[in-house]
Amino acid sequence: MKFNTRQNGDVTILDLNGRITIGSGEEALRNATQEILNNGAKKVVIHMAGVTMIDSSGIGELVSAYTTATNRGAKLKLANLPAKVSDILTITQLITVFDVFDTEAEAVQSFA
Amino acid sequence: MPDENRFHLAIGSRFENIELVHVVLKDRMQQLGIDKDTQHSVELAMREALANAIKHGNQQNPAKQVHVDLMVEGDELVIRVEDEGVGFDPGKVRDPLAPENLLNRNGRGILFMNKFMDNIHYGSKPDGGTVVTLRRRVPGPKTDILEQTDPEEGTE
Repeated sequence: MKFNTRQNGDVTILDLNGRITIGSGEEALRNATQEILNNGAKKVVIHMAGVTMIDSSGIGELVSAYTTATNRGAKLKLANLPAKVSDILTITQLITVFDVFDTEAEAVQSFA
Repeated sequence: MPDENRFHLAIGSRFENIELVHVVLKDRMQQLGIDKDTQHSVELAMREALANAIKHGNQQNPAKQVHVDLMVEGDELVIRVEDEGVGFDPGKVRDPLAPENLLNRNGRGILFMNKFMDNIHYGSKPDGGTVVTLRRRVPGPKTDILEQTDPEEGTE
């Protein structure tokens, strides 16, 4: 998995690309989100358009990122979910937990 | 006689070895003409079975192996994963959809397998290891490329 961090106004955007799966991608996601939160970000959007596969470990890392952000007073939202990722969030019922937006712009706007 | 319907792989208990099996499975499904959505589902389920075998079965002991068999039986793709652990009771796994478990980090692997395959069966080996068999009907597999030639046919 490859990731990139950037700013959209006062919102930190984490772009994810590739597989978020056990052993490699999940660890990269964990490190990326920890770094963002350690740097003090309070508004975070994970842009997932480039995610090609996510397994149960990857979902576990997303949940962990969400709870860590919440515990630190930050808000983490998801945007641009590929259909397969959206399906997984539905299957795991986490679609009811995460704030999910069709586009990055909508996710950023939601913080206003 | 070698069974051309069956592939067997044995891997050490390291997560990175899942990638090797993934490549073999993907290649096999492409040969079979299985559509991409079904491929994705089967790949995910297979990865979960392997991850469980490595993590919970073999306790990530690289000296212990995970055995994987890929085969076609009728219109079903069958994946069998065996570990060298001490056995596994799927009934003891907490329901990942229960409200109190929804934000747990772990415990969704079996849910994934059940959602993406048609049938999951857990068995035990005499030495205590777990055998998980995953089955998925595959639309329009090109089974002709796998089947043995029947010498009684095609001799007009």
